[in-house]
Amino acid sequence: MELLHVGVAALGAGLAVLGAGIGVGKIGGSAMDAIARQPEASGKIQTSMIIAAALVEGVALFGVVAALLGVLTVPN
Amino acid sequence: MHRNFEPKIIKFNRTMIGQKSFKILVTCALAILPFLVFSQETEENKESKDKFNATEMILQHIGDSHGWHFFGEGDNSYTIPLPVILFTDNGSITFMSSEFHHDTEGKHVVEKNGMGFVNYHETIYQLDKGALALEFDEKGDVLNAAKPWDFSITKNVAAMFLTVILMLSFFFSLTRHHKKNTKSPKGFNNVLETLVLFVRDDIARPQIGEKQYMKFMPFLLTVFFFIWITNVLGLLPGAANVTGNIAVTVSLGLFTMVLIFVNGNKDFWKHVFWMPGIPTFVKPILAIVEIMGLIIKPVALMIRLFANITAGHIIILSLLGLIFILEHAGVAGISVPFALFITVLELLVAFLQAFIFTILSALFIGMAVKEHEHH
Repeated sequence: MELLHVGVAALGAGLAVLGAGIGVGKIGGSAMDAIARQPEASGKIQTSMIIAAALVEGVALFGVVAALLGVLTVPN
Repeated sequence: MHRNFEPKIIKFNRTMIGQKSFKILVTCALAILPFLVFSQETEENKESKDKFNATEMILQHIGDSHGWHFFGEGDNSYTIPLPVILFTDNGSITFMSSEFHHDTEGKHVVEKNGMGFVNYHETIYQLDKGALALEFDEKGDVLNAAKPWDFSITKNVAAMFLTVILMLSFFFSLTRHHKKNTKSPKGFNNVLETLVLFVRDDIARPQIGEKQYMKFMPFLLTVFFFIWITNVLGLLPGAANVTGNIAVTVSLGLFTMVLIFVNGNKDFWKHVFWMPGIPTFVKPILAIVEIMGLIIKPVALMIRLFANITAGHIIILSLLGLIFILEHAGVAGISVPFALFITVLELLVAFLQAFIFTILSALFIGMAVKEHEHH
């Protein structure tokens, strides 16, 4: 029972990471397209990309926190 | 003077190897060495030590504790004792955490003023009258002890004091420089001034607007430097995980929330409760969503910071704990470079999380104090 509890929590964390990977990948991709179109704006684009990536990672880490709560409160 | 810019060539056994490829060769040879290590284990050793519990080690490192533990176990541990300050029904009790004699299993009872205190997993319990030891029910909850108000100087509090002392010393030296002369400062003061100007010009001014940003600069600067310095200090070995403690991040999020509520002007509250420019039947639904948003935005700030820092620490600790789980010294050859890479990433995350917290706080405050043109 404990294995199921912990395993499902870990699976949830993996799904959250999947979302983060896709999200940050899309941000990076569009940032690269934008820099390719207009290299002079690369400083601003880079800053905005980092901010957006941090926000998306924040959301993914909500999922990780939920999974941590699941793992750590396993009744023994 | 003619300086010799030619690369040094090392003569080795009458063959000539360039310096760069020699370095690569030596690094590769040394990197393979750890795998040739076979840890020697005698039979008695294996039975007397407990199995390495990775979860316990990780939780101990990211959690708070009443003494500042550096290394060692039990009686041979090097720990700095910190004051334990409790407010019980009979008044306040203060003693040093060394009186617990490194016991976190709730076995050693400290007697003060006729009350007994135990430390169970770094929570201090006051035993009920006449009880001599902690008793638990089947779920693991404590039966015969109560928790007094615990205002101890724990490891996180001491680390926060250290951060505060660092910040005060940095910024007082900067202001002392500016009191004496008008030229730009030199050395570390220059770095600090660049960062302060960065917060003012890239965070406060664009988000809050020219008219009111000065009112909020102290808060934004404090939050930015506090989070950055505590994050970076938390990466050192033996350091405290301050921003990875949900209580600290809750307080930071609360500060932002209080600032938003206190400084929100009439337009802001009108937009929250009765958003103009929308058909009337949608307005109540939107009011509920907006009220939830008021709470969720600071909560998101706090969880983002907490989860980022804690996750980073857990990754580093897990990688290094892998050496002990697999019980082979050669794993260090893989673990330590990975952990080094993750630590460098965590340095970036330390700055980034401070920046994100500050810029989002500035954004929310800016939305709260913005002067709207009336429709």
